[in-house]
Amino acid sequence: MDELKDFKEYLKTHVPDVKRRAFLKWMGGGLYVFFNPGVAFNALGGEGEQRQSVPDDFNAFLRIHEDGTVTCFVGKIDMGQGAITSFPQMVADELDVEYDKVKMVLGDTDLCPWDMGTFGSMSVRILGPSVRAAAAEARGVLLQMAAEKLGVEPEELSVESGVIFNKNNKKQKVTYPELTKGQKIARYMDKKPEVKEYSELRVMGTPKLHQDAVDKVTGKALYSGDIRKPEMVYARIVRPPSHAAKLVSADTSDAEKIEGVEIVKDGDLVAVLHKNPEIADKARKLIKAEFEIEKEKDINNANVFEYLLANAPEGNSNIDKGDLQEGRKQSTSVFENEYHDGYVAHSPMEAHTAMAYMEGDKMIVRAGTQTPFPAKSNIARVLGVEEEKVRVQPPFLGGGFGGKSSHQQAIEAARLAKITKKPVMVDWNRKEEFFYDEFRPAAIIKVNSGIDGNGKITFWDYHVYYAGDRGAETMYNVPHQKRTVYGRGWRAPGIHPFPTGAWRGPGNSTNTFGREVQVDIMAAKASIDPVEFRLKNLTDKRAIDVLEEVAKMADWKPTKSPSGRGFGVSIGFDAGTYVAHIVQIDVNKETGEIKVNKVWCAQEMGFCVNPQGATIQMEGCINMGLGYALKETVEFEGGKVKTNNFDSYEIPRFSWIPEIQTKILDRHEPPQGGGEPAIVCMGAVIANAVYDATGARLYEMAMTPERVLEALKKV
Amino acid sequence: MTEKIQFELNGKKVALELDTDQTLLWVIRTELGLTGTKYGCGEGYCGACTVLIDNEAVRSCATKIGEVSGKKVVTIEGLAKGKELHPVQKAFVEHDALQCGYCTPGMIMNAVGLLNQNSNPSKEDIIWGMEDNLCRCGAHNRIVEAIQTAADKMKGSS
Repeated sequence: MDELKDFKEYLKTHVPDVKRRAFLKWMGGGLYVFFNPGVAFNALGGEGEQRQSVPDDFNAFLRIHEDGTVTCFVGKIDMGQGAITSFPQMVADELDVEYDKVKMVLGDTDLCPWDMGTFGSMSVRILGPSVRAAAAEARGVLLQMAAEKLGVEPEELSVESGVIFNKNNKKQKVTYPELTKGQKIARYMDKKPEVKEYSELRVMGTPKLHQDAVDKVTGKALYSGDIRKPEMVYARIVRPPSHAAKLVSADTSDAEKIEGVEIVKDGDLVAVLHKNPEIADKARKLIKAEFEIEKEKDINNANVFEYLLANAPEGNSNIDKGDLQEGRKQSTSVFENEYHDGYVAHSPMEAHTAMAYMEGDKMIVRAGTQTPFPAKSNIARVLGVEEEKVRVQPPFLGGGFGGKSSHQQAIEAARLAKITKKPVMVDWNRKEEFFYDEFRPAAIIKVNSGIDGNGKITFWDYHVYYAGDRGAETMYNVPHQKRTVYGRGWRAPGIHPFPTGAWRGPGNSTNTFGREVQVDIMAAKASIDPVEFRLKNLTDKRAIDVLEEVAKMADWKPTKSPSGRGFGVSIGFDAGTYVAHIVQIDVNKETGEIKVNKVWCAQEMGFCVNPQGATIQMEGCINMGLGYALKETVEFEGGKVKTNNFDSYEIPRFSWIPEIQTKILDRHEPPQGGGEPAIVCMGAVIANAVYDATGARLYEMAMTPERVLEALKKV
Repeated sequence: MTEKIQFELNGKKVALELDTDQTLLWVIRTELGLTGTKYGCGEGYCGACTVLIDNEAVRSCATKIGEVSGKKVVTIEGLAKGKELHPVQKAFVEHDALQCGYCTPGMIMNAVGLLNQNSNPSKEDIIWGMEDNLCRCGAHNRIVEAIQTAADKMKGSS
């Protein structure tokens, strides 16, 4: 592993000759291209606000081995979203090699260059341009080498499947492996890349199945909990009854009587360890722990919104255009509404798990995490060791959705492994997973808006509390508008009774709910068909395109709502991508149950690298979105989380699942995000369909049967 | 209480001496070293731990090891014949009926159990047969289609 240290040193320096010497010392043969995502990203037209998140050193690389295979090292992980498939598509195209010759190494902090984490639908959108650029650079280098070897000009050469040949004389050829054999060539890319035109791509833009599917259907795919080492023990950690509780004492004497049990007490960390996980479970139950509960916040499911509004931080207006008073004057109708969204859990099927062990003086942590590099830094800090002494090596990840950006379990495993000097598995049970989940925050949206006699939106005064401003764009063409954001992003430390965090499309599902229900209310008041009303108020071409497309897909018949048919519509914008949804639902007026029968979704995401993968993400977003829309609500009392398993927390089941029809618009523009956009409309589109079916308006998610029955009473 | 127990696991005889109060899930995952069967919720709500016992889909987290004495247990590792995938596995791959893959072994074992009982299921039969297996990534539609495809293939070959 000393080689890696050299590599780190080499990355720190910016003088090419020095870098080359250090680099050649430690690596095997082949051609290496190091690339700078910042340069590629800016050159290929990234969005301004995302640039800050792109590192500006050479932080990813591509290796063309002497046998012609290609390895691409990036710090991202794959949690089912398909980065493991779409990156090789890019490399195959730009390098002109077969798709199956390209392998990814993902997220290993010793092998891959630094990355902030896998979230925000950024793998393809942000890192993608760099990967393409590196592959294009590598191809250029190989062409140059071939030209020298064959004695022709590079322009006379062409490449197919890793074979370079003379266009005028196909017999004159040389393969990539023949060129790289015995060579050690390093290239550093920091200029504007020359990638192929969209029309030249043959692997990108074609549907590819998940590259890892066979391992996953045979049980061979290893997740953190599946890693085994001799002498490994399972840890069961004493947990507090509330987020407001502090451990005072722990009597472990009964637990210690069990044969083979090892106890660790290290400050707030009290754990029993045993090679048998079920014995460890039993032993934990024997610990008599005392906690001191500081004052619990007086917040619970009944008063949550009242509490949050009463404790709201000062607002920050970050959009202010025109004059709201002027807009009000022009209005024939004014609408003032408040929308609520409760705490929602990530609940991936795999709970947070990590296995940590020492290899010499190095801590190896096999953690399922969306943030291997930040995890490494935090582990090093907590253990008080140099960062070089920690390696986070993520295996497969059993779902993340933003919830595995936190990596407490990895720190716990590393602490215990350091103390016991044994391999330690920390695999949270479902109750721990719910307790420590950084929930999507409860949030409030207040919208004051108006329309004139022609159904044009006159003003838009938007207030968002605790959800942050992702997805809070007005989207519509409104002359007078203001947006006020209370609290930064989706975290509000000291206010929520437990940590909150990023939940798939953070804040956007809440914001889209507020905006799109408000727009629907205005359309109904104006007696205008809700699709027509939206089109009337839109000038953004991309938004118009997806809305028109989805209306066509659903064979939308204009009528004013409520029509009794149960159709709803919503548009959304997330991670650079536009979406529009239409749903058809039934509402059981006796029970209040909503059944979503069909969902149509049109998505415009720039150029789509893997249509198959993107379609699956859209379907997944739609199905997952049914949960927060219809049922998911975390039950709590102060810092006590009462929700603790899937009996009390209902996530979407097979019987809920609608028929889904998706379409990705064909565009030759830079690729945008695909992992989150299609989830953001699910609350709004269903709420609007409930209105269309029954005339009942829902202002709060989740739209549980009780809330539907309440709303029906007001019709 | 420590006892000797014998059963068949993926076609091979297994003899163990252990506390029979332990769950089948954890004995499979630790003593027997097969990690394809997953822990999801520990209380039988999610189906990630589903295995076959005498051809029937069962939650291994809610089954004591003592209960499988003399029975035939099949886990996800025992489904393929050598390199030849079981039709349900094959259909999951073809339909891309998975994302993170964590619920997949349980889904497949539950589907095989379902097809063992009903070789000609309707879409409704599949939906209700799979109802208690949870998937957070939202691969449901493709899972239903995959099971339908597998059922058709299995009928064709028998």
